[in-house]
Amino acid sequence: MPRTPLRLVRARPEPSFTVTFDDRELAVLPGQTIAAALWSAGVVSWRTTRGSGEPRGVFCGIGVCFDCLLTVNGRPNQRACLVRAEPGDVIRTQEGTGHHE
Amino acid sequence: MSNSLTCDVVVVGAGMVGAATALYAARAGLSAVLVDRGPVAGGTTGSGEGNLLVSDKEPGPELELALLSGRLWADLAAEPGVGGSVEYEAKGGLVVASTPEGLAALEGLAAAQRSAGVRAASVGPDQLHDLEPYLAHGLAGGVLYPQDAQVMPTLAAARLVRLARTAGASLHTGRTVTDVLRTASGAVRGVRTPHGDIHAPAVVNAAGTWGGELAALAGVSLPVLPRRGFVLVTEPLPRRVRHKVYAADYVADVASDSAALQTSPVVEGTAAGPVLIGASRERVGFDRSFSLPVTRELAAGATRLFPFLAEVRAMRAYLGFRPYMPDHLPAVGPDARVPGLFHACGHEGAGIGLATGTGHVIAQVLAGKTPDLDLAPFRPDRFPRADAGADPDSAPAPVEGP
Repeated sequence: MPRTPLRLVRARPEPSFTVTFDDRELAVLPGQTIAAALWSAGVVSWRTTRGSGEPRGVFCGIGVCFDCLLTVNGRPNQRACLVRAEPGDVIRTQEGTGHHE
Repeated sequence: MSNSLTCDVVVVGAGMVGAATALYAARAGLSAVLVDRGPVAGGTTGSGEGNLLVSDKEPGPELELALLSGRLWADLAAEPGVGGSVEYEAKGGLVVASTPEGLAALEGLAAAQRSAGVRAASVGPDQLHDLEPYLAHGLAGGVLYPQDAQVMPTLAAARLVRLARTAGASLHTGRTVTDVLRTASGAVRGVRTPHGDIHAPAVVNAAGTWGGELAALAGVSLPVLPRRGFVLVTEPLPRRVRHKVYAADYVADVASDSAALQTSPVVEGTAAGPVLIGASRERVGFDRSFSLPVTRELAAGATRLFPFLAEVRAMRAYLGFRPYMPDHLPAVGPDARVPGLFHACGHEGAGIGLATGTGHVIAQVLAGKTPDLDLAPFRPDRFPRADAGADPDSAPAPVEGP
């Protein structure tokens, strides 16, 4: 059996639920952050920088660096590494400031 | 270990003022050594907003220094590659009043400032939104100050240090000055650091909020006290705040002598996108603990000026310690008590703006020239000697002698 974090801590999570990421449905385990859900789905980049449009995802993973920003339920600049995914969340990649120019 | 160095002038403190002093001294042909116990811009320079303001200054010596400094900043920003690298923006300041009485006081200040050489344009309540489309409605009016500008202070200090080194100065970070060396007759002959002595016939105290400690090493008292301020940083936004915008009460807060908390909203966009929100003032010593009541007041004040900020997230807050002097003027120039000792500190919240003029006049005196400004109001020995044993922050009137 592969050694996964779930197995290491003998987790028995509640059933998964779904959120959407750029209109695509993703399965999320209760308690996962949005960053964890995206990584689990193989997504590692979900923002582009304001100046030169470079791709960004998780860097520090602990809420300090503000690199993993994205838009959750219409609100931009949410830190994916801190925000816990909730059933039905509408998550979107973010370009630039995430605010309309 | 004794790596002895010899130069014309040692500048202690690699913040904005020390960087500018080293730059102008080096360009005046002096060999300058810039030394700091930490990194470049590790103190108050790295924890401010980078304001280059004339608008908040009443006519007098500080305003003259601000006008000189503003011209020198513009000259530096025009040098190849400098303006952009320090995020210099000559964007102007807009001071707004919420009541007719506040506007009358503001107009009175502006009239006095105009006669001292400040450009100030009255802005009627209907014109405010042409300048700042997102400003709150119902304000009484304001005054636009086109000479107000902004830099990103950490980048500016680093850039001026680099220019100073290009002009021949040297930089030593991570070196704490543990003593100011003096001759038998009392004149300065250099500084001592754990890495060796640096010999020079002149030492400039550019230690900012810690300038009183450096002065004490040279055997003189200088009453520099920390005045704490918080800054809130929002998420990056498209440019919605175009000028430095602040409420007219700010000027009164700057001039206040109270140790108690004062806040007045100061809002400005930055080249990088975040909006910076100040300004609080309180004398609580070097207490670095976060204060929710203060940052809450800052957020509330800023939202009164710009209601859209209610929907914007603050990412973080930071704090710094302004070098406060009891009469709100910096100590700039030679110290008559110790030959060879110069001070360039105590600029309170205006040190970024006043750094260029300060460095320029210090370099002029070091080079034996007459400074462009009369330095008498900035004399470092103008204060009565404070009681050496007293904790200055525990007393309501910190400069009064026994």
